[in-house]
Amino acid sequence: MERRSNLVAVFGAALAGAVLVYGASSVLNPYLLSIIAFLGINVILAVSLNITNGFTGLFSLGHPAFMTIGGYVTAIMTILPARKAHLLPDLPAFLARMQWPFLPALIAGGLVATLAAIIVGFPVLRLRGHYLAVATLGLIFIIQGLATNLDGYTRGALGLNGLPELTNLWWVYGWVLLTLYVCWTLKHSSLGRTMMAIRENELAAACLGVKITRTRILSFALGAFFAGVAGGLWAHLVTLITPTSFTFLLAFQLVVIVVLGGSGSITGATLVAAALTIATEALHPVEEAVGLYGLSQTLLAIAVLLVLIYRPKGLFGMAEPDLLAWIRKLPGRQPTHSGSKRHREV
Amino acid sequence: MTAAYVLEQIANGIILGSMYALIAIGFSLIYGIVRLINFAHGDIVTIGAFAMLASITAFHAPFPVAVIVVLVVGAAVGMLIERIAFRPMRGAPQVTGFIASLAVAIVIENLGIMTVSAQPRNFIVPAYLGAFIRLGPLQIRAIDLAIVVLAIILMTALAVFVRFTKAGMAMRATAENYNVARLMGINIDRMIMLAFAIGSALAAAAGLMWGSKYSQISPLMGLIPGLKAFVAAVIGGVGSISGAMLGGYVLGLAEVLFVGLLPPEYSGYRNVFVFATLIVILLVMPNGLLGRSTEDRA
Repeated sequence: MERRSNLVAVFGAALAGAVLVYGASSVLNPYLLSIIAFLGINVILAVSLNITNGFTGLFSLGHPAFMTIGGYVTAIMTILPARKAHLLPDLPAFLARMQWPFLPALIAGGLVATLAAIIVGFPVLRLRGHYLAVATLGLIFIIQGLATNLDGYTRGALGLNGLPELTNLWWVYGWVLLTLYVCWTLKHSSLGRTMMAIRENELAAACLGVKITRTRILSFALGAFFAGVAGGLWAHLVTLITPTSFTFLLAFQLVVIVVLGGSGSITGATLVAAALTIATEALHPVEEAVGLYGLSQTLLAIAVLLVLIYRPKGLFGMAEPDLLAWIRKLPGRQPTHSGSKRHREV
Repeated sequence: MTAAYVLEQIANGIILGSMYALIAIGFSLIYGIVRLINFAHGDIVTIGAFAMLASITAFHAPFPVAVIVVLVVGAAVGMLIERIAFRPMRGAPQVTGFIASLAVAIVIENLGIMTVSAQPRNFIVPAYLGAFIRLGPLQIRAIDLAIVVLAIILMTALAVFVRFTKAGMAMRATAENYNVARLMGINIDRMIMLAFAIGSALAAAAGLMWGSKYSQISPLMGLIPGLKAFVAAVIGGVGSISGAMLGGYVLGLAEVLFVGLLPPEYSGYRNVFVFATLIVILLVMPNGLLGRSTEDRA
């Protein structure tokens, strides 16, 4: 009964979201719609980074690298073959001739990013703590350097412009739902608990038979998949991708979101991602009015320092506060305490 | 490819290596004591360059005086960062300190953009430093020679300080064993501050060199040199001061020779080469050339 009531609540929320998306798409102007789409992409990025950094406790800064890979792959798949011939002369013939619909192109982008994560993961994931952080930071510069120099495949520093404007709110919403669903299921599955066991005590986990390397690579690769997809969504929202579209600054912002939200809290990551996107957009006019570009970044960084000093576990810790509780408390329904406790005990 | 060309490349490698070495020392000093990779270290390089520009253009200070001003400013900023950002979270997990240092880096960079704008500015050095000097088959600018000489003076001073003075000994003891040093009556807070002051002063000195060598500075200039100097520190073995010096020169030479000796179409891969080196070093010899093995590196 309880499970079903949770299920109903989740479906209800998803449906309500869909209604909101429908309403927004028909009412709001394109500028606001693009901000909402960015918000969704940031949620995908933060929640997926949470798999790597939050669940497994690997401190990765590599998300921008995987976004770049995913963005380029998706873009190469969707550009008209006629344009590809003179934009990207070095593409192998089978890639140059084909043009894929958006969904398979996005999935291809995600899969290539996953593949890259697996290849890079074997050497890099042996490192721990901030060594892993610096190695993945190096990865951003390596991918950036490759994207700049392999002109025949990527058009070099110019980047690929004039991409078809395929990303709309529905695509973003769909991927946000999928990301949240996968992360939520993962967190409450045995694999998720294995990941958290590694984070809490690697030695103990290994003694209990957890395959450390495999689980780490899995969490790294899963995060990379969604990062790749998000890169593709981003590229087809702004219709442009360059080697410097996704820099280490973005990695910092994403880590900030995960840290502020509480490492491992999906709710925290989602809420903070949304709040930060809105705050940054709201501060833009202020920055322009007073002519202090960089103000929002500075404030954000100071906020991070304060949280690290005064609330080192983040705003939500590991918990998933029961946001749907109010639905259950509606008149005529029995409050189901044990149902909500299930999410808190983790 | 003539011998003179190769020699010139080696000279360039040594000049670049001197700057990497100075920055890398700070990484190692700070890591050796507080186990913190201070990401904001590269931004001290920026601050050093701007302090130099200000003291030369605004106050018309002679070059040697300006160098001292830069060292003092660097040390002061380093101590300030330690006091405000890192001391309150001492004892927290290593990753916390790393994120905090990223935040400090972002704050410094954006404060820089807000105050002096992101536009690169020209960096002016006195005319006599721009003159060419003949050294055997080599022809180099006086500033290049000054960079190498100044770097060697600073590093020798540091080595003497660490080896022969009481404070230097206390610092080594703190790096050796934090708790025992405290039991011996060493003021740990003071030692940590000292490490930040020395490391940051050297990074600031590297900043003035970077500005004079490449004649352009901007608030974001410190990012890449800082990261590469970290690679140098890893090559030498993080935590070891002599390792950082050695790593700086090894990386400087390797990078310049990679660009100078390979066909030009590979020169775009400069950063790829350096960061790929980092990953390889971390895998093959995580303790670097001169570092000692420590707990959780690989």
